[in-house]
Amino acid sequence: MLKNNTRQLTYLEALREAMQQKMRADNDVYLIGEDIAEYGGAFGVTVGMLEEFGSERIRNTPISEEAIIGVAAGSAITGMRPIAEIMFSDFITIAMDQIANQAAKICYMFGGKARVPMVIRTAGGGGTGAAAQHSQSLEAIVAHIPGLKVVMPSCPYDAKGLLISSINDDNPVIFIEHKLLYKNKKYTNGVPEEMYEIPLGKGDIKKEGSDISIVATSYMVQKSLEAAEKLSLEKGIDCEVVDIRTLKPLDIDIILNSIKKTGKLICVEEAPVFGGFMGEVAAQVSEKGFDWLDAPIKRVAGRNCPVPYSLVLEQEMIPGVERIEKGILDLLG
Amino acid sequence: MSKKLYIDVNGYKIEDRFTGLSNDLKIEMLRKMYEIRHFENETEQFIIRGMIHGTCHLYTGEEATAVGAIYAIQNDDYITSTHRGHGHCIAKGADLNIMMAELLGKKTGYSKGKGGSMHIADVRSGNLGANGVVGGSIGIATGAALTCKMKKNGKIVVCFFGDGAANQGIFHSSINMASIWDLPVVYLCENNVYGMSTSVKEAFNIKKISDRKYAYGIEGLTIDGNDLIEVFNTISYFAGRCRAGKGPVLVESLTYRWSGHSKSDAQVYRTREEIKEWKERDPIKRYKEILISRKIITEKDDNDLEKEVMSKIQEASEFAKESPFPDPSEVEDDVYA
Repeated sequence: MLKNNTRQLTYLEALREAMQQKMRADNDVYLIGEDIAEYGGAFGVTVGMLEEFGSERIRNTPISEEAIIGVAAGSAITGMRPIAEIMFSDFITIAMDQIANQAAKICYMFGGKARVPMVIRTAGGGGTGAAAQHSQSLEAIVAHIPGLKVVMPSCPYDAKGLLISSINDDNPVIFIEHKLLYKNKKYTNGVPEEMYEIPLGKGDIKKEGSDISIVATSYMVQKSLEAAEKLSLEKGIDCEVVDIRTLKPLDIDIILNSIKKTGKLICVEEAPVFGGFMGEVAAQVSEKGFDWLDAPIKRVAGRNCPVPYSLVLEQEMIPGVERIEKGILDLLG
Repeated sequence: MSKKLYIDVNGYKIEDRFTGLSNDLKIEMLRKMYEIRHFENETEQFIIRGMIHGTCHLYTGEEATAVGAIYAIQNDDYITSTHRGHGHCIAKGADLNIMMAELLGKKTGYSKGKGGSMHIADVRSGNLGANGVVGGSIGIATGAALTCKMKKNGKIVVCFFGDGAANQGIFHSSINMASIWDLPVVYLCENNVYGMSTSVKEAFNIKKISDRKYAYGIEGLTIDGNDLIEVFNTISYFAGRCRAGKGPVLVESLTYRWSGHSKSDAQVYRTREEIKEWKERDPIKRYKEILISRKIITEKDDNDLEKEVMSKIQEASEFAKESPFPDPSEVEDDVYA
């Protein structure tokens, strides 16, 4: 995918570039959220955007998540294309009526006669020591609600292309970014200067392999790649890493095609395992791909507790490279 | 009229724009109130006959608020409505046949049978929808007003909600946001005395809901919601203020729902006397008597008008009954645009 005009960008820079380019091209696109103006957003994603676009389009709000989403939805129905930033994904619960009962259902409730083209960008995931109310992975909750699309990019190239597609989409899209990816120099990759779309509903093989399929989302894709690399060097195990990129719509075919090749599936996610999104992946694979499996599906996921504070506890709750490795070795017997 | 007439409404000197309206428009407002009244009567018949699959919240008794407010704004202005939304929808110009079909869950309804009474919207007429969640549309109205401001399209929004919604968090966060950004919204609180069974006396420790304007640094007042002329003049005045970029307002319209909260309400929380008292303040009777006394219509004109409306409602009812149900295969259509 590398092109001549490609630069190494961080995830955060790629996200910002997507928004800047869309805002230059389309006056209906605007940003709304807390501390997104002078401050540049809690994680710095919108730094410099106020200077370029002004306070009408980089709309700093009071601390009012419910109104941020309600206002975004109301403006979307009437012709704007808002990008709402919810500082931490934990806070989408404050705006849940507006997300689940309003934005998600308006198109259906009104018989397809209204559209809600809006993106809710939010920072998810743990590993920052911010504990239970600033570290959650709530994607399964939103993916469960018909009418929403759910996107979780794992690298800068995907972040830009998926955000552009999300802004162009005529439906509400929950776009969950990972805090540990924003400024991480370890996970930069080549990002073309021009605008490009990565279609929602298309997964990506991040590493080809023949022994086992690892399906992961967001930061766990990077951890899975590290585990795959290690197992390849140390034990000669050839893992395939499938990044589903969008939870909804889900590219089940890319997963099925992978297990046709490997016969084994391990699902990795950060959220608590009970009721997690990978339960859906496992269910669909067992419905549609049972004949190709030669071992039970295994999940490596968060423990069933809130994200704890203490580093030792946090590392126990959230899967890391070692747990993924162990899962793979267990599955391969 | 060379000289402007003003009426004093709770300390506000509001221009009397009603008197100068054409007789046709004054009669049309009476017609709209009759349409709402008889649409609701017909709906009640459907409920009694078990033809409404879900529930319905009737607007009977509150007609002057919807009609007065909606006739005070432009055709292409926006409104957001509530779970008790038939009145707003009719006043904004919805087609009665298509509305009635939606109530019966028919394919020909506004939402192709997917919305029902609580989710009727007619986006083309500027009605951004009824809402099943109390207070749910306050944020949407505020967002529509942000579009008006950002696109500089000269439109405004009238946001209808009930007394119950005024105690939801979205009421606070939305009105505050509209105030700091000077958004063109008339927040119109229809205080119909009860949030389901809970009276405003139990739910508020203030005398007037409009007093909450002080918390947001905006203008507002409480009016007689059963007086069409007062509603029309007040909303005309504040709509003009919104359109001039002076920010949102909070108007409380005092009214009363004649029927129960929904079809399952035994009405144990209020007395027959109270209902009778409010029925004596019937907004339609009050308005038509004014039109007759001002010789704009005669008793006979009024009777003819009401009969004409009733036959139109019968047509809507027949259309709805004869319309087909949606095909089960359509169930997953329209989840996404």
